[in-house]
Amino acid sequence: MEQAGSTIKLTYREALKQGIREALKKDDRVFLMGEDVGRYGGAFAVSKGLLKEFGEERIMDVPLSESAFTGAGIGAALAGLRPVVEIMTVNFSFLAMDQIVNNAATLFHMSGGQLNVPVVIRMSCGIGRQLAAQHSHSWEPFYAAIPGLKVLAVGTHEDARGMLLTALQDPDPVLLFEYTYLLNVEGEIASNAGAVDIITAKVRREGTDVSIITYGAAVPKALAAADELATTGIRAEVVDLRVLRPLDEETFLASVRKTHRALLVEEAWRSVSVSSEVSARIMEKAFYELDAPVKRLGGVEVPIPYPKHLEDACLPQPNDIVNAVKKMLQHD
Amino acid sequence: MIEFRMPSLGADMEAGTLVEWLVKPGDAVRRGDVIALVDTQKGLFDIEVFEDGTVENLVLKEGAKVPVGTVMAILNGTKEVVQKATKLEEAGAAREMPREVIAPVQTPPEIKASPLARRIAKDLSIDLSIIKGTGEEGAITKADVENAAAEKKQTPEQEMRAETAQQPSSPKEKTAATADSIRMAVAAAMSRANREIPHYYLETKIDMRKALAWLAEANKQRSVKQRLLPVALYIKAVAKAAAEVPQLNAYWEDGLQLKEAINIGVVISLRTGGILIPALRDAEKKSIDEIMEWINEIIPRARSLNLRSSDITDTTITLTSLAEGSAETVYGVIYPPQVALVGLGSISEQPWAENGMLDVRPVLVATLAADHRASDGQIGSRFLMAFKHYLQEPESL
Repeated sequence: MEQAGSTIKLTYREALKQGIREALKKDDRVFLMGEDVGRYGGAFAVSKGLLKEFGEERIMDVPLSESAFTGAGIGAALAGLRPVVEIMTVNFSFLAMDQIVNNAATLFHMSGGQLNVPVVIRMSCGIGRQLAAQHSHSWEPFYAAIPGLKVLAVGTHEDARGMLLTALQDPDPVLLFEYTYLLNVEGEIASNAGAVDIITAKVRREGTDVSIITYGAAVPKALAAADELATTGIRAEVVDLRVLRPLDEETFLASVRKTHRALLVEEAWRSVSVSSEVSARIMEKAFYELDAPVKRLGGVEVPIPYPKHLEDACLPQPNDIVNAVKKMLQHD
Repeated sequence: MIEFRMPSLGADMEAGTLVEWLVKPGDAVRRGDVIALVDTQKGLFDIEVFEDGTVENLVLKEGAKVPVGTVMAILNGTKEVVQKATKLEEAGAAREMPREVIAPVQTPPEIKASPLARRIAKDLSIDLSIIKGTGEEGAITKADVENAAAEKKQTPEQEMRAETAQQPSSPKEKTAATADSIRMAVAAAMSRANREIPHYYLETKIDMRKALAWLAEANKQRSVKQRLLPVALYIKAVAKAAAEVPQLNAYWEDGLQLKEAINIGVVISLRTGGILIPALRDAEKKSIDEIMEWINEIIPRARSLNLRSSDITDTTITLTSLAEGSAETVYGVIYPPQVALVGLGSISEQPWAENGMLDVRPVLVATLAADHRASDGQIGSRFLMAFKHYLQEPESL
């Protein structure tokens, strides 16, 4: 037994792997399928070693056809298994979009509640690894628009370790967005960390002056910004949305009601983003609590460039967050 | 079109006389501008307009006395003028025309305030137009409203001297604002008094025949300027009674604190509403003539809001004396931290029984409002009887 309160240090990649391993051990209906997840160990080495540990039936390499293998995963889920479908990167998910949107998301409703689709689809996503325009997407807002799906953004090591376990308990399709940018980042989690809820947003840092509402790879950036702001006496609260659909609006509205200011930060392109929706909900439900206009920091609206300095310039960085907060709070 | 009507300046006002228009047709006016002088029973008032717009027609002639609610002038609202102008332009009318219409209109500055600031301002009854915003692009924020509220709260709690210490740059211009702040000060002091002080009241009737006869005799030898009024006697009698019953010449602040000096505050009503209470220092040491001189000097100064701070500090007991022809009895509210207030109505002839005989006498009803924490009815009664006694022997004053 682990000691209560003790922590372990591990990479985001390792946390993901431990989550998959625990899921495979716990429930023999669970299996991992995806391109290069087996012999190659996963495009990002998340599943490295799992083939040897669990065998070909549980760690399944699939042909290069996103539509086919995602459809197969949906079929397996309908048949009573608990498939974990890995789509190498989110941009390839468009090839499987018909399966995800027209089958996974709809069958429960179209069958009058008879057919649940308990499939979990993991996708690597995000920007910051110099993978150029076609492999550097933040398509969370896209999927977060679709009724019938649960959409999770894995922004912390704790969630990397625990979200998959809970997602597999869900009777309906769950999409997990994992961030390539975070894979090598080390973090501390409780040594007995396990399943986490996939319902609520979480306040990752408490503050009173402004609510930084964010998700995914922007969470650590927002926390870094909040640290820096604290040195200037500004207490920023950081809200990690975690669940992009359905949004846990109570948590971020409560934060806004406390701080009266909201800065929405995400890496996805600004227009028609998750922040657009969060902003709208704040207007609808907390307008009279606002002491300043809601502000957004999002990705610059260009295809993401390859050169590192340009790629960095396309994303909100901790310094941008610090400056945006200062601008909201301090005027001459 | 906006009808500008004779306003009601208090529930007791039925009519007003237009003394002077301060605007002429074509003038642009903004909410809050003083556009007319109106005379009422309570004095001359600056009359403000409540909408932005342009004066179209001055209906009422100067010197006319009309009931409250009568249309005095017709104004064009800002919005209407702009709309009208736009229409004309759309219709392709001569270009000069709409410009002429637009020229006198000044668009009111838009107040930029956060929704939260607006909500708080509404709750606290704070006027956003007087706040300077510190938020983005000068927007008013929660903090700005709270600061303004804190200042507003401070004001009435400060002694009235703070209000009067400000020398208005232009008296006419400043009167309304200062009258407002005096109202706020009175409101705060009186609310506190009613909240904190357990008042008790005593009342006695005083035959004023001797006192008035003495005054008439004394005034025979005085020039018009030096003539004595009953209030001079009242002040002196209060001073002597307070010397005799020191428990009422005191403060209640963490217990009873007797005051050595007898500084009598005399309530003076202002023409613009509200009251000021300048004090006669060491009243018991002053002669009747000195008291009268003080009254003649202080009333105009109080009414022009020209008091010095020394005039209104360290008051130990308050006297309110209603003018001739007013109500016969007044029950006052104590001005904290004082513990007593003497209320005198106007003298009226009343049937008077004495020695088994009935007569008609000029009668003054004197009341005492006293703080029951500081004194009891017996002490209050001693004070009133002493006051009565001194008015029976005016020569001794």
